[in-house]
Amino acid sequence: MSNATISPQQRLAEQRQEGDANRKALMKQNYPLRFLVPAAIVLFIFFFVPTVLNFIYAFTDWSAFKQTINFNGFDNFNALFKNGILVKDLGITLVFAVCEAFFQNFFGLILAVFLEEDTTLNRVARVLFFIPVLMSALAVGYVWQAILKNGGALDQVLAVFVGHAVKVSWLGSTTWSIVVVSAIQGWKWAGLAMLIYLSGLKTIDQDVLEAAQIDGASGWQIFWKIKFPLLAPAVTFNVATSLLGSMNGFDTVQATTAGGPGGSTEILNLFVWRTFGQGLYSQSTTMSLVLFIMVMIIAIPLIWYLRHREAKIL
Amino acid sequence: MSMASFDAKPTADDASRYHARKPMWRKVSHVVILVLLVIVALGLPFYLLVVTAGKDQKEALQLSLSLPTKWHLFENFGTVIRDGKMIPAFFGSIIVTVPSVLIALVLGSMASWILARRTTRAMSVVYSLCISGLILPPAVVTVMMLLKMIGLSGTAVGMICVYVGIYLSTVIFFVTGFIRTIPPSLEESARIDGASPIRIFFKIVLPLLGPTMASATILLILYIWNDVFYALFILSGKMDTLPLNLYNVANAGLYLNNWHLIFAYIILMSLPLLIIFAFAQKKIISGITGGAVK
Repeated sequence: MSNATISPQQRLAEQRQEGDANRKALMKQNYPLRFLVPAAIVLFIFFFVPTVLNFIYAFTDWSAFKQTINFNGFDNFNALFKNGILVKDLGITLVFAVCEAFFQNFFGLILAVFLEEDTTLNRVARVLFFIPVLMSALAVGYVWQAILKNGGALDQVLAVFVGHAVKVSWLGSTTWSIVVVSAIQGWKWAGLAMLIYLSGLKTIDQDVLEAAQIDGASGWQIFWKIKFPLLAPAVTFNVATSLLGSMNGFDTVQATTAGGPGGSTEILNLFVWRTFGQGLYSQSTTMSLVLFIMVMIIAIPLIWYLRHREAKIL
Repeated sequence: MSMASFDAKPTADDASRYHARKPMWRKVSHVVILVLLVIVALGLPFYLLVVTAGKDQKEALQLSLSLPTKWHLFENFGTVIRDGKMIPAFFGSIIVTVPSVLIALVLGSMASWILARRTTRAMSVVYSLCISGLILPPAVVTVMMLLKMIGLSGTAVGMICVYVGIYLSTVIFFVTGFIRTIPPSLEESARIDGASPIRIFFKIVLPLLGPTMASATILLILYIWNDVFYALFILSGKMDTLPLNLYNVANAGLYLNNWHLIFAYIILMSLPLLIIFAFAQKKIISGITGGAVK
């Protein structure tokens, strides 16, 4: 009696397995992991390890004033929560990020729509609006600080129109300064958002726009009903990068207000830097962890939503 | 995506049909609004930057829009280069930026090739981890401590490692997405001819990556050349880069309220990127627009 009678199904399964094994071997041979390893090592040591350490050192009393480092549980979080800094800085960072994302995308989209046509003048304007993107955010911050100073350049321009001297402390309000600073950062990055919206507009089929025009759609309708929905991938990229990027902001705020007045523009990274400078390393690490967690909590649903929105439209 | 690709290629004439219908008065008003927009949004800051940089200390203090009674622009440039120690800071920026960008590009594109072509579940997990840095903020305090432990804090090497660690994600994100759109048939035929993976990557894959690599390069240069936050933690006190130097001197006695010097510094430090941009402006714009949205 022979047990060599294998059913056709079994043989097929075996062949498939063999094929899979072959394919895997080929993959290994053609796309060897040693190409991936150097990047993985750098990422591991200089990105993942510090991130994990961040989770550990936030729960210690690490500081410049002590010889030893001991675990102290949630003491750092408790202290920062009790004195109100944690919630305050979180709120400020969030307001800053949302306003910045709004300004950057608002300015960027308007510029893109306005400069869409490929005329010489528009091309020149695109280049000009990209200059702030190239400049250091710190430098941009100093320039705008000078413009917005009490009785500074902006006040002097306004005075010409109003007819009498103007003195507004644009960066002196504990409520509005954060919005003004976010507008400055939005101004700086608007050129990049513009470019990305422009590239989105370029992929729109001209025939569709022409057809809509022939059907009697107004410019306004064409924009909101056709162009804007088709810009979905550009919106995803711009909104995600501007919102999440500005949560990690530092330069513009530092250069314009340095956290003032009265701590009203102290975003998380400003606290991290200031506290680190005071030698309070564990508190600094704790806030760095708070930032990390906040970005993660916001990033995942935000990106999921934007992707979902893209899939629904396109 | 678009049906147009099945038809004849749209000509330039074709593409502007939609726009060509605009009446004359709209074209004129477009020009007028554009000029006003440029003057208000860009003219004011840049004009103030240049005139203030050209004034002496007393005049600059008022931050007025009037022209300097006597131009001191080059005198001020001289002062910041000399007293602000701009030259070492410039070389510091170069020493940190160039290797960071190159290493991130090479390591990132190599990794991207594998991540794009190997389609197992494990690989997609590795890919997600690799691009997580695109969104997640780096743990800046502990990375500083880590560098101290390995003896790299305050050095260009340590700074380069950190920048590569931060921006590899950006490169991998852009390049992997791009490689996935390239059919693997070219690589297969080279393989049949007996080429090794190294040859295939450097001779076939890498040259195809041009546009994406260009846009990744620009973004990385923008971020790294202008960075002050990470440099403050890692280099502060030991080595200077241009933005770091600006930060330090703007907060120090020499520049406090010396707007003419701060602005002269800003003009000088912005020049390198502006010059590169002026020459490669077309490539840069098409590189970014090509890379970000597919």
